[in-house]
Amino acid sequence: MLQIEELKVEIGGKEILQNVNMEIPKGETHILFGPNGSGKTSLMMTIMGFSGYNVTHGKITFKGEDITYMPIHERAQLGIGVSFQRPPTINGLKTKNIVEICGMNRSVDVNELAKQLDFSDFLDRDVNHNFSGGEIKRSELLQLMAQEPDLLLLDEPESGVDLESIVLIGDTINSLLHKGIKFPRRGLSHIAARTKSALVITHTGHILDYITADKGQVLYEGIVRCSRNAREILKWIREYGYEECVLCSN
Amino acid sequence: MFELDNKPGDVNLEDYETDAENHNYAEELSEIEAADAEQFLNVGVDIQEIRRSGTFIQKDSSVVHCKTCQDGIEMMGISQAMEQHGWLENYIWKNVSPDADKFTSRTKEKPHEGYFIRSLPGMKASHPVQSCLYIAKNKFSQHVHNVVIAEEGSELHIITGCATAPHLDSGLHVGVSEFYVKKGAKLMFTMIHDWGENVNVRPRTVTRVEEGGVIVSNYISLRPVGSLQMYPTTYLEGEGAVARFNSVLVAGKGSHLDVGSKIVLGAPGTRAEIISRGITSGGTIIARGNLIGKVAGIKAHLECKGLILNDGLMRAIPELSGYVPGVEMSHEAAVGKIDQREIEYLMARGLDEDEAVSTIVRGFLNVDIEGLPANLKEKLDKAISESQKDMM
Ligand SMILES: Nc1ncnc2c1ncn2[C@@H]1O[C@H](COP(=O)(O)OP(=O)(O)O)[C@@H](O)[C@H]1O
Ligand SMILES: [Mg+2]
Repeated sequence: MLQIEELKVEIGGKEILQNVNMEIPKGETHILFGPNGSGKTSLMMTIMGFSGYNVTHGKITFKGEDITYMPIHERAQLGIGVSFQRPPTINGLKTKNIVEICGMNRSVDVNELAKQLDFSDFLDRDVNHNFSGGEIKRSELLQLMAQEPDLLLLDEPESGVDLESIVLIGDTINSLLHKGIKFPRRGLSHIAARTKSALVITHTGHILDYITADKGQVLYEGIVRCSRNAREILKWIREYGYEECVLCSN
Repeated sequence: MFELDNKPGDVNLEDYETDAENHNYAEELSEIEAADAEQFLNVGVDIQEIRRSGTFIQKDSSVVHCKTCQDGIEMMGISQAMEQHGWLENYIWKNVSPDADKFTSRTKEKPHEGYFIRSLPGMKASHPVQSCLYIAKNKFSQHVHNVVIAEEGSELHIITGCATAPHLDSGLHVGVSEFYVKKGAKLMFTMIHDWGENVNVRPRTVTRVEEGGVIVSNYISLRPVGSLQMYPTTYLEGEGAVARFNSVLVAGKGSHLDVGSKIVLGAPGTRAEIISRGITSGGTIIARGNLIGKVAGIKAHLECKGLILNDGLMRAIPELSGYVPGVEMSHEAAVGKIDQREIEYLMARGLDEDEAVSTIVRGFLNVDIEGLPANLKEKLDKAISESQKDMM
């Protein structure tokens, strides 16, 4: 589904990603670990095509198409969806309207989706205006529910979320990946089919208690150092910290 | 009395003609010429007069239609009102002085009607009344004098549109307006302008609000205008009086909008809010806001936001003056271009760049305007979308 080869990225002339190789096959959920400042968000923004993230080397392929220099909206239309960590406020645009926009000409039952996320009271509020950390997460996931992307890029979906809501966040991610038990969308055959992929960014790993992962990788100082079972990585990081953990890859 | 705090601009009164031929009175709005009717529609006048409590239409210097459909609401030309109500002399030229500037004195010398609208005590009109001031004659300078009185405990909503015949080469509109909001009354005043690029506009408005009274004023100018300069002033004179002023302005190339409001909070417990949104795309917007707190226990806020698309000038001039301790006054002003992060955020949801920009612009101009009838709200949304074509 997604393939990244020898990717180098600069921001304002400074190299942030030095050498990223990654492959996320159809139906797989990958976890991207890494300490603060290691370049996780930058990688996600680059996959989505945001300005300021200059690809100086390498290639990103999605569904067999080279998307390295494709405009953002075409990537979205092709099936990539992002949950941002710090999305901007858009004054005067109601949350329900952005959810409709995410539907991209499909009809979406915004009220029903909002109910699932316990977000109905926010539909008439301006997008992200004075939202708390947890509210931002729910707003982002609500938009993704309407968008139904094939590849989810989730930037720290558990950060700033209280314990009660994290269960809801986990359930929603599973539903988006068609692994939903709580909000099954199309029955068990779809769950078995596994057509949706995800890259989930986390530096704490808490989200792993709520979703299942096929693989984990560690980004450290702009380089992907490790790629193996996600729980195993998490155990190592918790035990030894990132600094020690990445030594094993050297 | 009305104080003029800024320069009236460089309009030369001698460039205009002050006489116009009489236009025929129409008993029914359906008799109005189609081309005119179209222009009325654009500024919020409902030709069918559905869900309106009354209609007043003036073309050049003639009242061409006037009708009220609700008891307890008076609506007529100002000259007729003066004949009918001797006491009106206690209101005329009492808020605004004829000597305030050359425009007010011209209106005194050479008056061209204007409307008188009054809601009787306790009268709560279920629907807005509508008025339209229209210039059809080329080079005409129209000087109207309007008086609005919301008597004690009444509620009145006025939707007033101003427009010109298409393809007018030049014109000047001067409107002296004196509003009186009595004890416990509420006046909502929504003004929509569609003047045309060669018309200069100088409204001169002063409002007085008594104890517990409320004035809500919405001003919308999305279409080209030559120059517009107005600075409506409101005196909150009675305890607990409230003023809310919203304006939504778009200035394309050649348009010069100098729009502000001044609110004097002169009694305990008074509240004021000024919200202004302006977008310039090659034109000039000067957005002023002036809040004056004279006594303790008042609360006032001013919010002025401007966007510059392409080029143009956007100047925000917020002013706060507190004369005693115990006033609570604040302002928030921001001028800039659209944040690239907002554009890209919407693109990540599937919109192309142009769609993303228009979505943000629409949101920016989308001030929640109180009391707007649904069909007018739709019309405004449409006008906002259309005004973007001129901006891009
Ligand atoms: N817009 C930017 N301008 C300059 N440096 C940036 C910018 N965004 C991120 N960086 C830098 O890039 C590095 C990686 O940041 P980021 O991708 O946000 O890391 P992470 O998400 O892993 O915490 C950091 O050193 C950060 O300071
Ligand atoms: Mg980050």
